[in-house]
Amino acid sequence: MARRIHACLGLSGLLLLTVLAVSGAVLSIVPAWDRAGAVLPPAGAVSVADLAGRVTQAIPDVEELRRLPSGKIVAFHGGSDGPAASVIDPSSGQAVMPYAPPALQRWTTNLHRSLFLGEGGRLATAAGALAMLALTLSGLQMTARRMGGWRRMLAPVRGDGLRRLHTDLGRLSALGLTLSSLTALYLALATFGMIPDGASQGPAFPAASTSWPALPAGQLAALRELDLAQLRELSFPNPDNPDDLFRLTTAAGEGYIAPASGAVLAWQDHSFARHVHEFVYMLHTGQGLWWLGLLLGLGAIATPVLGVSGGVAWWRQRRVRPRFAGNVRAAAADTVILVGSEGGSTWGFARTLHAALTANGHKVHVAAMNDLARSYPAARRMLLLAATHGDGAAPASAGAFLQRLGEITEAPAIPVAVLGFGDRRFPHFCRFARDVEAALRQRKWPALMPLGTIDRQSTQEFARWGEALAAALGERLALAHAPARPRTQRLTLVSRVDHGMEVQAPTSVLRFALPKGALLARLAGRGFPRFAAGDLLGILPPDCAVPRYYSLASSTRDGFVEICVRKQAGGLCSGFLHGLRPGDAVDAFVKANPAFRPADGGTPLILIGAGAGIGPLAGFIRANREGRPIHLYFGGRDPASDFLYGRELAEWLKQGRMTSLATAFSRIKGGGYVQDRLRADADRLRALVAGGAQVMVCGGRDMAAGVTAALADLLAPTGISPATLRAGGRYVEDVY
Amino acid sequence: MKPLLAALALSTALTVPELAAARPVTLTTTLNAYGGNGAYLAIYVTDAGGAYKGTLWFAGGKSKYYSHLSGWERASGGRLAEISGITGASVGAGRTLKVTLDLADALFDAGYKLHIDAAAEDMRDSPSDVVVPLTAAGAGRPARGRSYVRSFTYSM
Repeated sequence: MARRIHACLGLSGLLLLTVLAVSGAVLSIVPAWDRAGAVLPPAGAVSVADLAGRVTQAIPDVEELRRLPSGKIVAFHGGSDGPAASVIDPSSGQAVMPYAPPALQRWTTNLHRSLFLGEGGRLATAAGALAMLALTLSGLQMTARRMGGWRRMLAPVRGDGLRRLHTDLGRLSALGLTLSSLTALYLALATFGMIPDGASQGPAFPAASTSWPALPAGQLAALRELDLAQLRELSFPNPDNPDDLFRLTTAAGEGYIAPASGAVLAWQDHSFARHVHEFVYMLHTGQGLWWLGLLLGLGAIATPVLGVSGGVAWWRQRRVRPRFAGNVRAAAADTVILVGSEGGSTWGFARTLHAALTANGHKVHVAAMNDLARSYPAARRMLLLAATHGDGAAPASAGAFLQRLGEITEAPAIPVAVLGFGDRRFPHFCRFARDVEAALRQRKWPALMPLGTIDRQSTQEFARWGEALAAALGERLALAHAPARPRTQRLTLVSRVDHGMEVQAPTSVLRFALPKGALLARLAGRGFPRFAAGDLLGILPPDCAVPRYYSLASSTRDGFVEICVRKQAGGLCSGFLHGLRPGDAVDAFVKANPAFRPADGGTPLILIGAGAGIGPLAGFIRANREGRPIHLYFGGRDPASDFLYGRELAEWLKQGRMTSLATAFSRIKGGGYVQDRLRADADRLRALVAGGAQVMVCGGRDMAAGVTAALADLLAPTGISPATLRAGGRYVEDVY
Repeated sequence: MKPLLAALALSTALTVPELAAARPVTLTTTLNAYGGNGAYLAIYVTDAGGAYKGTLWFAGGKSKYYSHLSGWERASGGRLAEISGITGASVGAGRTLKVTLDLADALFDAGYKLHIDAAAEDMRDSPSDVVVPLTAAGAGRPARGRSYVRSFTYSM
C-alpha cells in the first residue's frame, strides 16, 4: 500500500513538487543573507526609545520603524523623490543603505505560495505540501520495511547506485521535508481560515487624549523599558493630526502610546494562536532562525533528485517485474504465491506458476515476499519462491520477510511450500530459502511439500518440482517454463590475447567494441548502460536462454568492453567465447554488481587475484587515474605462459596507477601460491589494513578460501579478522 | 473594471433617499509602480470635523490584513458590515482602479473629505495616502497620493 501511494504521488506530483522545492530552496537563503547584513546590538544595549530618539534626530520625517526577523531595522520616511525606506544602524540612527527587497525574492515567494494563480494556486500548493508529507512518511515506511525494521533505519542500503542514492537522500532529507510540509499545511489552513492565526485589529483607538506638546521620542517612558529585540513595529503619529498616537507592536502585544506623556493608553497582548502562528511561520520560512532555513533548503533541493531517481527506479522495477494477467486480490485468493527476487528471473518462474494454477481454476494472488500479509482469509495454500542474494542474503523483494513473519504470532492453518533458487557453485546454496523454511518450521507453519531447490534457473528442475506440487494438490499440472531472454545487445570482438595454453589453463582476454547507442535510446534506458570494472557482463551463448556472467575488466570510460575468460573443460559458454575470432559478435547485457567495487575515498586497495580473476582487478587499476595506492597480488602458473596483463601491469606501475605488484607462480622452481606470497608480506599487509586499506579478492573458490585463511593468520596479532573487515565492507570477494 | 452602482446605506449623510438627489460619480485611482504585491485600498469619507461617514470602496480580500489600513480601521471601527457588497480585489502596482457609484448631491461642497488608505505586503502602511475635499469644482482634477497613489480623480 505504502509503495503504491509513494509511486502514485511521486510520479503525479513530480512537476509541482519540483517547483515548490526549488523555489523553497531559493527562499531558504534569504534569512541567512538578511542576517549577514544586519547590525545586531547586544541584548539590553539599545532600547526602543534610544532607537526612536536617534532616528528622529537623523531622519526627522520618519513615519515608521520596523524590526525584521533578521534583526535588521528599517525606517520608512520621506525622501527627495517621494517615500523611501532605509536600513538603519541602531547605534547611530543613521540610514546605512536604501531598503529594497530584491524583486526576485518577491517573485519567488509568490511562485512558492500560489504559483501566480491566486486562491486556486494556494490550494494547489497546499495539496503539494500534503503530497510531500505523504511521500516522506510512505518513503520512510518503505525504507524501514526494506531494512528490516525501524531500528535498522540507518543501516547501509543495498542495491544499485540509483536505489542507494534515492534511499540515502530520502533518509537525509526526511526530517526537513516533514517539517517543511507540516508547517506549510498549518500555514495553508490558517490562510484559508480553517485554523485561527490570531491576527487581530488590536485595541480600539483610545478616545481623544489631551494634546500637550509632544516629548522627544527618546524620552517616551513606555519605550525606554523595551529592548530593541522585542520591537516589531513603531508607527509615528501623523504630524498633521494633533490627536494621533504612536502605534507600537512588540513580540508580546500591540497598543497606542501618547506622544505627550509617553504613557501606554491602550494595550492588547497577542493571543496564543498568534504566538503559535508566528512560531510555525518562523519554522517554515527560517525567518528569525536562519540556520534552520538553510537546513530546510538543503532538504528541499533534494526533492527533484528524489523525484527523478525514484521515477527511474520505479520504471526499472516495472520492467523487471512482469505483469500478472488476472492477479487475484490477496483476500480472495485460494493460492498465494510470494516472490523473493533480486534480478527479476524468479518473477518469471512465478509467472509460469501463476498461469498454470490459474488455468486449473485456482484463484491465485502473486506478490513480493515483503508484502506478506497477516492473514489470507480465503487461502488454502501458500507457495514461496525465494532466490538468494550474494552469499546467502535475502533478495531485494524479500529483505523484510523474516521480520514480518516474526510479527505473525498465530501460525495459519494453510500449508506452505518453499522453492529456493540459487547457484550450486556457491558454498551456501539457496541459503535464504533454507532460512525461510527453518523459520516456518520453527513457527509450526504446516508444510505442503519439503523444500525444493532450483540450480541456476534450471527449467527441468522446475518442471520436476511442478510434478511434486501436482501430486500434493491432487491435480494435473505442467510447469513448462521458458525463461524470458534478457534484453541484449550485439557486441563485436575487436581483439583477443591468449594465455596459458602451455600450462593447461587456456585463458583469453577478450575485448569488444562499445556499442554506440543513439542518444534517444540511451535516454529511454535501451542503450548500452554505463558500467564499471567489477560489474558483470551477461552472455547468452547461441541456442541458450540462460546467461553466463563474467566480471568486467573495463569501464565505460575506457571505451571498450573487456572480459577475461578461462576455458572450462566442457564449458558451453567459455568454449563458445574461446572460439570467437575478431569480427565475430555475441549477445550480451550488463548487470550491476555494486557489492564488488572499490570503496569511495582514497584509502589504499589490496587486490588479490589468481588466473582469470585478475580481470576486474586490472579494470580497477586501469581506472585509477587519481593515483590511489593500489597493491596487487597475482597468482598464476608460469610467468612465461599465463602472466595475464603482464605488459599492461608494468606500464601501469610506471604511470602510477598502481603502487606495487607481487606475483606468485606455482609451476616454476621455488614457486608457490598467492596466499604464500601474502604470508611473506605479513608486516606490510598488517600495516596497510591497520591504515584502513580495503581488500578485494577475485578468483576461484579454493583460492579465495586460501586467501581468507592466510589473512586470518597474519592479521591475528592485530585483533582484526577477515570477518570484521567483511562486516565493514573492507573485505569483498568475487568468487566463481 | 466594470462600472458599479453602489448606494451607501450605512450613514444618513450619504443615504440616497431617491435617485433624483444623486448622481453617478467615477473614482479613478492609479497606483505607482512601487514594486510590490497588490495593494489593499480603502476609499472612505469623513465630514468637516473629521468624523467617519461611510466607505465607498474597499480593495483587498483577506480581512486579517485590514488592520494595515489603520486610518480606515480607526475611523470605521473596522466592522466588516461597513464594506459588505463593496469589496473588490487588491490593485496591482502601476494598475488603475475605476469605480462608478451613485453619490448623494449633499456630499459635495459641504466640507466632506475623501480618504484613501493604502498598504501592501512587507511595505509601509499609508493611512490617508490621499485626502481630497469633495467639491463640484474639484471634479476631474487629479490629486497625488503620499506613497502608493500616483493620481486620483473623481468625475461626474
